[in-house]
Amino acid sequence: MTATHVVDHIHDEPMSEVALRSVAIEALLAEKGLLTADEVRRQVNLMDGRTPADGARVVARAWVDDGFKARLLADSRSALAEMGVAIPEETPHLTVVENTDDVHHMVVCTLCSCYPRMLLGRPPDWYKSLAYRARAVRDPRGVMAEFGAQPPDDAEVRVLDSTADVRYLVLPRRPSGTEGMGEEELAALVSRDSMIGVTDALTP
Amino acid sequence: MTSTSSETVRYADGAAVRVRVGYPAHHFRTPAYIQGHTGLVDALCGVYPNPELLAHGGDGLPRQPLYRIRLRQTDLWPDYAGNPADTLLVDVYQHWLEPA
Repeated sequence: MTATHVVDHIHDEPMSEVALRSVAIEALLAEKGLLTADEVRRQVNLMDGRTPADGARVVARAWVDDGFKARLLADSRSALAEMGVAIPEETPHLTVVENTDDVHHMVVCTLCSCYPRMLLGRPPDWYKSLAYRARAVRDPRGVMAEFGAQPPDDAEVRVLDSTADVRYLVLPRRPSGTEGMGEEELAALVSRDSMIGVTDALTP
Repeated sequence: MTSTSSETVRYADGAAVRVRVGYPAHHFRTPAYIQGHTGLVDALCGVYPNPELLAHGGDGLPRQPLYRIRLRQTDLWPDYAGNPADTLLVDVYQHWLEPA
């Protein structure tokens, strides 16, 4: 283990078994020359630099620009490149799905915590909880009622279980009363949870 | 991509497929709650290295087509209380599917 990286792991409390295991694996990978501390740090910095504000900016653009929205839904990587949001080649494919009056999407990963990190950053703890992962697929409307999403009663609720190589981002419905608002103002209405689909976008 | 490095895409959009049942000792990414259930192919997501091989030091070859499968909630959960039109979309690799 490199001395520089040990410093990152100094805590007041004893480390959990899982944290210890992760440190041990990282040290082994470094020892075998498969990973350097610098690569780990770069990846951590990349993740820390991504926040839901990135996703919100993209949603706001899609709300005001139909052409962009169509390109975003068809091929997110090239549409995001237009906005200067680079998605590294090695990251999983991102598919954007649109909520409408007829269809409401909500995202979960029942196997672990697959999440559109390149646009939302790290997932919230509840997204990784067993309770959310179990209930989201079994009782999505009950979960949404607790979080606050209110899809029309006759809408189809479509749960996306991202079990594999694709990550999903929800494009929430544009709230009424936002006609004439600019992208920046609109982006402030796009919460992280609305891009997971458990809430709607905020109303002004 | 040669034919030996990727499995041939076998299912078209709209095809009826059944998710295989299995609990292999190695890593796999087909959740238990969809196993044995029948759905429709919503879309082909792409062709990806097999995660079951990648997880154990392999090269992931041959690559497996990955499909987004659409299942009806009322089929998955007999007591499902929401709109009968509600669906669940889940990504499943081809070797976990069979024609239905």
